Order: sequence, then structure tokens, then C-alpha cells
Amino acid sequence: MNGPSFERGYNTLKEQIDAPVAAFFSSCVHCGMCAEACLFYTETGDPKYTPIHKLEPLRKVWKQEYTFWGKLGKALGISKALSDEDLSDWETLVYDSCTLCGRCSMVCPVGNDLAYMIRKLREGMAISGHAPPGLIGATKRAVTIGSPMGVKFPALQAQIRHAEAETGLTLPVDKAEADYMLLLSSMEVMNFPEFIGAVAKIFAQAELNWTISSEAFEATNSGIQIGVSDIAAELVQRIVDAAENLGVKNVISPECGHAYMAIRWEGPNLIGRPYNFKVIHILELLEQLHKEGRLKLKDKDVRRLTYHDPCQIGRRGGVLEQPRNLLNAVAANFVEMPDTAGMNWCCGAGGGVSANERADELRIRAFKRKKAQLDAVQPDALVSACANCRIQLEEGLEEYHTDIPVVSLTETIVEHLDGLGSKEGHPS
Amino acid sequence: MKKEGQTIGEVLRQRGISRRSFLKFCATTASIMALPPTMAPVIAATLEKTKRPSVIWLSFQECTGCAESLTRSHSATIEDLIFNVISLDYQHTLQACAGHFAEHIREEVIAEHDGEFILIVDGSIPLKDGGVYSTIAGMTNEQILKQTAAHAAAVVSVGTCAAYGGIPKADPNPTGAVSVADIIKDKPIINVPGCPPIPVVITGVLVQYLTFGLPELDDLGRPKAFYGHSIHDRCYRRPFYDKGLFAETFDDEGAKKGWCLYKLGCKGPTTFNACATTKWNDGTSFPIESGHPCLGCSEPDFWDAGSFYKSLSTPTGNIAEKAIYAAGAGLLAGAAIGAVHRTKKQAAVRQHRRATIDDLGEGS
Amino acid sequence: MTDVELLLWVRGPAFDIATVILCAGMVIRFMEIFMLGRKANLAEARGSEMAGGLGTVFRRTLVDTGTFKRTPFTVVAGWLFHIGLFVIIFLFVPHILVFEGATGLSWPGLPSNIVDAFAVITIVTLLAILIHRWRDPVLRLLSEFNDYLVWLVTFTPVLTGWLAFHRVGAAPAALIAVHILSVELLMVLFPFTKLSHAFTLWVARWYNGAIAGYKGVKS
Repeated sequence: MNGPSFERGYNTLKEQIDAPVAAFFSSCVHCGMCAEACLFYTETGDPKYTPIHKLEPLRKVWKQEYTFWGKLGKALGISKALSDEDLSDWETLVYDSCTLCGRCSMVCPVGNDLAYMIRKLREGMAISGHAPPGLIGATKRAVTIGSPMGVKFPALQAQIRHAEAETGLTLPVDKAEADYMLLLSSMEVMNFPEFIGAVAKIFAQAELNWTISSEAFEATNSGIQIGVSDIAAELVQRIVDAAENLGVKNVISPECGHAYMAIRWEGPNLIGRPYNFKVIHILELLEQLHKEGRLKLKDKDVRRLTYHDPCQIGRRGGVLEQPRNLLNAVAANFVEMPDTAGMNWCCGAGGGVSANERADELRIRAFKRKKAQLDAVQPDALVSACANCRIQLEEGLEEYHTDIPVVSLTETIVEHLDGLGSKEGHPS
Repeated sequence: MKKEGQTIGEVLRQRGISRRSFLKFCATTASIMALPPTMAPVIAATLEKTKRPSVIWLSFQECTGCAESLTRSHSATIEDLIFNVISLDYQHTLQACAGHFAEHIREEVIAEHDGEFILIVDGSIPLKDGGVYSTIAGMTNEQILKQTAAHAAAVVSVGTCAAYGGIPKADPNPTGAVSVADIIKDKPIINVPGCPPIPVVITGVLVQYLTFGLPELDDLGRPKAFYGHSIHDRCYRRPFYDKGLFAETFDDEGAKKGWCLYKLGCKGPTTFNACATTKWNDGTSFPIESGHPCLGCSEPDFWDAGSFYKSLSTPTGNIAEKAIYAAGAGLLAGAAIGAVHRTKKQAAVRQHRRATIDDLGEGS
Repeated sequence: MTDVELLLWVRGPAFDIATVILCAGMVIRFMEIFMLGRKANLAEARGSEMAGGLGTVFRRTLVDTGTFKRTPFTVVAGWLFHIGLFVIIFLFVPHILVFEGATGLSWPGLPSNIVDAFAVITIVTLLAILIHRWRDPVLRLLSEFNDYLVWLVTFTPVLTGWLAFHRVGAAPAALIAVHILSVELLMVLFPFTKLSHAFTLWVARWYNGAIAGYKGVKS
């Protein structure tokens, strides 16, 4: 029988529970420190947003299925079995008030990786029909159209042509045997297309052998966000097929948070085999090029700049040093936020929250945490490396009447590129 | 024929005991009862006027150590004097006569001093198999005790055997040994435990009874004047305990320095007696001072309370062995239980049907 | 039952039972955890799992400044009572004797009056923790019967131990017996409650650090 069902959801949760999950639930002492690590709790004061509380349905399944005592309790009727109603009650906690940012995982004194567990809980929630409609719609579009925002290749082609006109460069598409294949997020294509031109300029200066695939350009992965690994695998497979068909050596993950998580860390496990190519984040590549002397910069940015670490790239992805090295190379006045790098605060919109209209109000409220960091730093501009974070940051700053421009790290670098300025457009 | 009893004062003068000796005896007695020196003349005055009581001393399943303790002394006057303060009319070791005549004396005392004499008992009373394990003149200890105690003014159980059953009662208790208090329920009983009790404590309890009447007793029936403090609370080595300095063996540096004997199994913390203050052999020493941990001999079941050389707060069993066996059993049980869980998980994985967008519900 | 009889029972069969339940129970718990397994990671590693895991095992004991400022009571009280318990359990000579009896290993202890001071601090801290758990909204939501039960079986040994040490409230043998009994209750509940964290948190921290370390992150 097709369609969502509680039985499939319960079965999926049983599948998802592994040794780490068992160790985590065995160790939780109800200290409550995870609440103070979560921006949804700190900006609302509502205890129900405590991360470990969000995991209650998964804990119930672990207890009642995989512990001797818990199974006994369930058999004797001392404890209630998990119900569909429980999953329904927990939907907003698991999806609206969690971005999988993983800050809770950094704080828990007994070492619980709560974000790891939320990701698994979502698998059971989604397949039992308890995912947010907004996220379901995005996922359906991602699968059927190729992009959660409905962006098809012709739309990208138009942006490519704009970039070519602006830069005077030719952007290679479907180039076989290229060293690098660039992915893009729909958000960048639609809202920050300057990124495409910026990247083209840098790659031209570095004499990089690169391409974009018309078959698979979409970096984002709604399957990861909604928590359906089968769909996430299908989306990753498109990239893998395109990359391996073209015979490229590396795939570049762009300025998008969860896209990096999807292709770099989850991908091979989703499709069940290692790739025949390497995955590199755009920031890793830029730093590498800079180290190799292939990225020539001049005239440091004199503005007081601070950096927002996109959670899935930084804390959950491992790309923490590279943006800092790049910023130190291109900025004279780079200052860190209080609570920075691996402990930086989430923007509030990742993990599918921005695709979930129901969560809009909560998302904007959660942004106050980032605003507080900015109030402490008082920067002239805010740099980041994720298009989704950018939208949220801009929207949030506007909501709270704070006038700080939000800029992409790649674009900041391009503004200080030495020797490859174009006639019109970018100051050098 | 009831003899007109003499007072203690009359007897002392008759026997030529000097007033000085007598007062010294009263002063010592006052001090071991922890009474101020001003009480000594009170004791003296009371004793002088008191009729010299008749005492029957019954010995049952005992080693005679209590009687030996009382009579063995370096300072002749103190313990020895007690035999001038009481009329010890019946005592197996000390009496001159024997056989039926001795028993006749006992019956005569009972008749002549009905309700007035003091009954001292040492040794436990066997009850198993009709009490045949200890009999005198054809009567079991139980019979003799009941017959005699019925006419006594009060009973003093001297020694741990009489007070609590002592060594004969130790596991497996083959004779069914019990204490005096287990049999006699209708007379005041003063327990003076110890193995043996300190001599001056025995005499001190008797003088206390004669002077002040029945003393204040703790919940084990012991006079609080002598048994009110534990050895631990009066031990001269207590500062070492508090500082954490312990002898590890009987002849190591710590032992030579006189450190605390807790690690060697000292039962001082749970033992109530006067050893640490009054000491033995006229104040010469006591076990701890001589380098041996207290055995707890004035407490019930001291012989069965685990090893003398293991402290009271440690487990008595072989914990390491239990832990290892338990871990091994846990490993087997855990493997079985874990296998069940694993199988369940594998079944769930097998039941997995590939999810598509049609399985998500309505989107927007 | 006399005091001494109770004391002999708690030192004897009861201690044996508690030891068996604690050891077997914890081993079963570990087996239940490990036999669920973990899928092999097919992504290309950036860092070492072992280094990451071990790093987090130690590093997670400390708290970053920002988090500390947000949860000062939990951190300070947590440190205080854990250190207190450590000192009481492992540095008090009568307890060292128990370990020596069981394992043959011995080590020097602290003067008893110092341990006594730690015990007082621990008792006060535990009481404060109870009040905090009851009043704080997050803890109020998270806490269930088990949390309060565990508090009680942790508090009672410290309190009864302190009373036994100071010999107040009852006869010495009775005080020691009740204290040992309360410890046995704690031992018996270990595998079935969050007390198991004392053993499993090293595993949880290791997994956390390993997952992060694989990606090149120090968690």
C-alpha cells in the first residue's frame, strides 16, 4: 500500500536507531543545558523547544523496542506505546523549531549528538505523514522538477548568459573531463546570481578547468531537510550520475549549507557506495587556490567585517578555518562574533525551516539571537557563505530595522581580485 | 532461720578494713562511674548503712573467665574488697564446699533472703534437646536459673555469654545457647557484657546497684555509666583515625607509631565498653593500646560479625568473584538480548519499502 | 532483627545481590547499546574518528564561556556534587577498604575531616539541585519520576554516610547498616535509570567526537 502510514513511520524509527542513539539516550541526565544552546528556546523561553524534549518520540521507540526493561514496561502496560498522535503533536517541534544546526550537540555534557538524532526522527515523521506541507511541496518539486523552487535549466541558462555578458567570459557547460563541476543552489540562481559571475572570474584567474552540468546543477537536497533518505539518495544520484558521466574529478559544493552536508557527508552513504570523484566546498577551493598563489588579491576591504558560520558548512561540515583564512587575506578589519566558529549561532532558517511557511513567525523570532551577536560586534557588513542564511539574515535585519549589508564571502573576494576586473560593474 | 544481716560498715570494721581503704574504694568506684569526687562520701555513707546483701552466683555454659577476671587483680584492695561488701554465698569456683551441700546452701539462701538476694549469672544457658548440655545435680541450667531467679531481687548477667549468648551461641550454636534475658522476663536484669568484663566494671555495677538502686540502662540492658560511650569515642588513637593515618599490618611503621587500627578490623566504632578509659589490670592497658584491634566483645554476636580483622563497614563476601561471574552472566544474557534487538532491527530494515514523494502526504 | 544482624545481612547477602545486579545489569546495558551497531561511513574522511572520539571524551568535561554564562547553576552545582561524590567515595579510608577488599588495590585517602567537609558541601549542593529541578521551567518539563527517584537514591547514601560518620541519630551499627543499605539501593538502580550515564557517557561522548572528527570538527 502506498502513502504515509504510522506503521511505516514506526518501522522506520526502528531502522534508524543505532548504537550511538542508544548510547545517547542511555546517558541523558535531564540537565537541560541543551535548551540554552538552542536559539528557538533562548529567544522564546518556551521549554518545549528543549532539544532533548523534541526527541521524545524517538526515545520512546528506543526504550520500548531496544531495552529489556522498556520492552517489559510496554508489555505490562506500565508505559504507553508511541502513537500517531504523539508524532502529530511533535511535528512542529521537530520541523518548525529545529534547523539541525547542531549547537545542542556541541553543548551536551554527556556527549549526545541531538541533531544526529533529530535527522533520524524526521525519517519516521515524514513517512508517517507528519512533515510540514511547505517542505513536502518543496520536496515534490525537487524530485519532479529538479529544484525545490521549481528552477529548471533554462532559468539557469539565462543567468549564465547574464554572467557571460557582465564578465566577458565564457562559462563552460557540460564540459567532459573537466577537473571541477560546479553545483548551484536554486536560491543562488534566483536571488544571488552574482555568485555565478563571481565564481567565473575567480576560476578564470586561477585557470581552473571547470564546468556546470545541464543534467544536474541543483545542489540543494530537500530529502535531507524533510528526512527521507530514499528521496535524498535519488537527488544525490542525479549529481553523481552527471559527474561520473562527464568524468569530472571534483564536484564543487556552492554557498549553500545543507547542500554540502548532502553531497559531501551523507551522499555516499545514501547511494551506498563511494564516489569516483572528490567533493570540495567552494570555500575550501578558494583557500586552496589562494595558498597555491592562483588567487591574487589586492586592496583589503577596510570595512569592519564579521562572519556568520553557516551551520552545515562549519560546525556540521568541518569548513571552519578556510573562511577565516580567506577573510584575513581579503579584510583588514575582520572581527569574530562572540560565540564563533563551531559555537556560532544558527541564523534560524536552515534544515527546511525556511521552506515551511507555518514556521515564519518563529523563524523571525529566533533570528533575534543572531541580531544580539551583531549588536555586540557592530559590524559594517556581515559576511556569510550560504544563500539561505543570506535571505534569512537580510529578512531578519529588515524586520528589526537594523541596517547592516549582508554579503557573500565569494563575492567579497571577487571584489578584491587583482588583475581581472571587468570594464563595468565591479570595483577593484 | 533467718540471720539478722549485718550492715556493710559493721562487716568492714569486723574484718579490720581501714576506713582509708574503704574510702579509696568508694572514690575509685565513683570515678569509674564518671561521678564527681563529691559523690565518694555519699557512696561511703550509703554503703555503711546498707545491709550486706546475699549474692548467689550461678555459672552455666561459661569458661570461668569472668570469675577469673574479677579475682585476678594486681591491686588487692579494689576488687578484693567487693567480697567484703557482698556476701557471696554461692559460687562454684570460689566456694569451699561441693556437691549436695553446696546446693543446700543455695536453697537456704533462696528461702532466707527471698526477694532480697542478688543473682549473678555468667555463662549462657543451653536449651536444645531439653537443655541436657549443661546440668548440675541433675537439674538443667534452665531449671536452676528459673528456680533461683524467681526469688531474686535483681539479676546481673556478667559476661557476654550471660548477657547475649556469647561464644556458645556462635554459629552453628550446637547447644541452643541463649542469654539470661531470653529466659527471665519478670525480673530486672542488668547486663554487664565483655569477654570478660573489666573487673572494676563488675564491682562498680554492684556498688552502683547497692548505692543508687537499678542504674540507667541502654537499649541492650547495659548500665550507661560504664557502657555509655563507644571505644571509638574515647580511644586515644582517635586523632589518627581522623587524620587518616592507619596501620596496614601488625608490624609496619604505622603500627609501631601507634596509628589507628581501623584497617586491621578494629570494632571500636560499634563497641560500647569502658576499656578505653578504665582500661585493664588496674589501668595498665587495653587491646588497642597493646596494638590489637578491638574485637567488640561486649556486643551481641561479636563472634559472628565477620572477621575480627575485617572492618565492620566492608562486605563480608568475595565481591570480586561475584562481580566477575555477574559480568560473565551479563555478557551471555546481553549477547542474547542484543541479538534479539539486532534481529528486530534487521527485520525492520527488511520491511523497508523505498519511499517516494507519494508517501509524504499533501504538500503546499 | 538486632542492629548487628542487619549490619551483617547488608554486608553479606545484600551486598552480593547488589553487586551482581549492578555488574550484570551494566554489561547487559552495554551489549544492548553496542549490538545495535553503526553503519560504516562511506564518505571520504577528513579527520580521524578515534582522535575525535577521545578528544571529545575529555574535552566535553569543560564548558565554553558562552554556555557557562547561560547555565551557571547547572555547571557549578554539577561540578561541586560530582567532585564531592568522587572525594567521598574514593578518598575516604573506610571506602578505600571496600575497594581493597574487592580488587586488592589500595591508595591513600584524605583526612576524614576534609572528606566530611566535602560531604557537607555535597549535601547542600544536592538540595539546591533538587530545588532547581523543581523550579526551573525546562527541568520541570523534562523531569519525570525517575529523575526524582535517582536524586533520592543519590542523596540518601551521602546523608546516611554523614550521619554514620558523626554517629548521630541511632546506634553506630544501625547507622552503618542503613548507610550500606542505601548504597545497595543505588547500586541496584544503576543499570535501570539515568545513573547508567556514569558508564555510558564515555561511549556517547566518543560517538559524538568520532562523528565530528570524521568531518574534521573538534566537538
